[in-house]
Amino acid sequence: MAALTDLTIAQLSATLAKKEASAVEVADAHLGKLDEHRALNAFITETPDKAREMAKASDARRARGEAGLLEGVPLAIKDLFCTEGVQTTAASAILKGFVPPYESTVTANLWKSGAVMVGKTNLDEFAMGSSNMTSHFGGVENPWKRKGDNRKLVPGGSSGGSAAAVAAYMVPGSTGTDTGGSIRQPASFCGIVGLKPTYGRCSRWGVVAFASSLDQPGPFARTVEDTALMLQAMSGHDPKDSTSAPLPVPDFAAAARNPDIRGMRVGIPKEYRVDGTSEEIVTLWARGVDMLKAAGAEPVEVSLPHTKYALPAYYIVAPAECSSNLARYDGVRFGLRVPGKDLTELYENTRGAGFGKETRRRILIGTYVLSAGYYDAYYRKAQQIRALIARDFKQAFEKCDVLLTPTAPTAAFAAGDKMDDPVTMYLNDMFTIPASMAGLPGISVPAGLDKDGLPLGLQLIGRAFDEETLLRAAAALEKAAAFSGRATGY
Amino acid sequence: MSLDKDTVARIARLARLKVPDEELAPLAGELSGIFAWIEQLNEVDTKNVEPMSSVSDVTLPMRADKVTDGGVAAKVLANAPGGAVYIDPSDRNAGGFFTVPKVVE
Repeated sequence: MAALTDLTIAQLSATLAKKEASAVEVADAHLGKLDEHRALNAFITETPDKAREMAKASDARRARGEAGLLEGVPLAIKDLFCTEGVQTTAASAILKGFVPPYESTVTANLWKSGAVMVGKTNLDEFAMGSSNMTSHFGGVENPWKRKGDNRKLVPGGSSGGSAAAVAAYMVPGSTGTDTGGSIRQPASFCGIVGLKPTYGRCSRWGVVAFASSLDQPGPFARTVEDTALMLQAMSGHDPKDSTSAPLPVPDFAAAARNPDIRGMRVGIPKEYRVDGTSEEIVTLWARGVDMLKAAGAEPVEVSLPHTKYALPAYYIVAPAECSSNLARYDGVRFGLRVPGKDLTELYENTRGAGFGKETRRRILIGTYVLSAGYYDAYYRKAQQIRALIARDFKQAFEKCDVLLTPTAPTAAFAAGDKMDDPVTMYLNDMFTIPASMAGLPGISVPAGLDKDGLPLGLQLIGRAFDEETLLRAAAALEKAAAFSGRATGY
Repeated sequence: MSLDKDTVARIARLARLKVPDEELAPLAGELSGIFAWIEQLNEVDTKNVEPMSSVSDVTLPMRADKVTDGGVAAKVLANAPGGAVYIDPSDRNAGGFFTVPKVVE
């Protein structure tokens, strides 16, 4: 029998259902991997006691015949989701000592479906970053390494710990959040599947806010089917989030088990052929088109004319929302507090000491673009461009059912690279941000290895609330690419 | 668009963010670089384009005006930096105070 930690979520569920292992045994096996790979720094908080307690309760439910969709499956949770009684840091010093007295809707849904929490994963501070290097708790190491090169690579970001934990087989699945690519880009860097659902599919309630019009929780796993299973458990209308869509949850897993894409029109946006993309990624993208064509899909060239403006527009919209959302961290009611001679100085000292460099930078950008005299030139302009980007997608989807693009312009880079100039780091998200701006679902599927042996992902983008078509296409791509790479450098 | 040190200091003040003097000049350089890159948005003609503030086109939902939650005073007060203070410690839901260290004179 394969090791419990090698199994996918679907395989674990079958193993547990057949009583070949108990949820406690499954939890213990995965907790052992957390011990073994602690050096990756994928977790900010490990919760072994809670995991065993939840696993025990899961075994009891199963004995009573009450097994849920993810009964007994161990999961890691990005430390941006509030978890009752377990410290939640957002990887920031400013939330020091914060223990939420409530549970986020998404995690509550996962526990309701029987899943077991093993810990809270590392991330870029407040989910702002593409390398996991902005975490107050230090960077996460990607389990993958270049062939013959021992340098540490980044797992991508912001959900870097969640991606690394799945790639290192510490857990079969984890949660992330995606504002501009924070699920898809780390999935590509770590050779796993990462799904950003349609904005509104998963509740944002209890998720520490970064940019509220863009933030969306989603799953990581090693197969498309597993991400579908997790999405099914995570989604659903939540009256506590006014932007949560009042729609029923489709059978996502059934869609992922049906890779029949005969007749599906796959759009290839010509504007995604941009300078700076690695030649190998361009080649892989072309191979992806061929694979889907061979599976019966019909490739169609489409145009998304405002693609290149998505990134700079995002760097107005996201910081603007961030500067407003992060105004709540003032040192008065919770978290870090650095005294000052008056109230203003208390605010300034606390925020100056509590926020890291990238967070401070984005708060400043946001404050500037929202300040008197600049609002129209920047914020309003960016919102207009956002409307044009959404219109581009709408028009493209008249000609196709899904879009296929690269996920990221490069493979994982070395820790410390791209840190000199913020714009260089921002460019990592050039292929993921347009769909975020339009609120569309996107999925990164590992599709090949580069010459250094590092994984590369391809991205599929779907229509709003049509994750089923997206999952079918992703399953077809997964089947054709037959990615079998596994990180060995850790 | 180029930002100078004084502008960065002014924004930092607006954001209630203490930025040490020696960081102002490097920050001005970084932010100027970012805004220079953002300038390309001016190439796009956005006349008569309605700004998009949200991708969800649902109208803000209404809910019935009734109590759906409660009896969790201890949880509400749990993170109070000055501690939770109850009017009647034997009945925590009778009322309490979320206390913070003194911030106004």
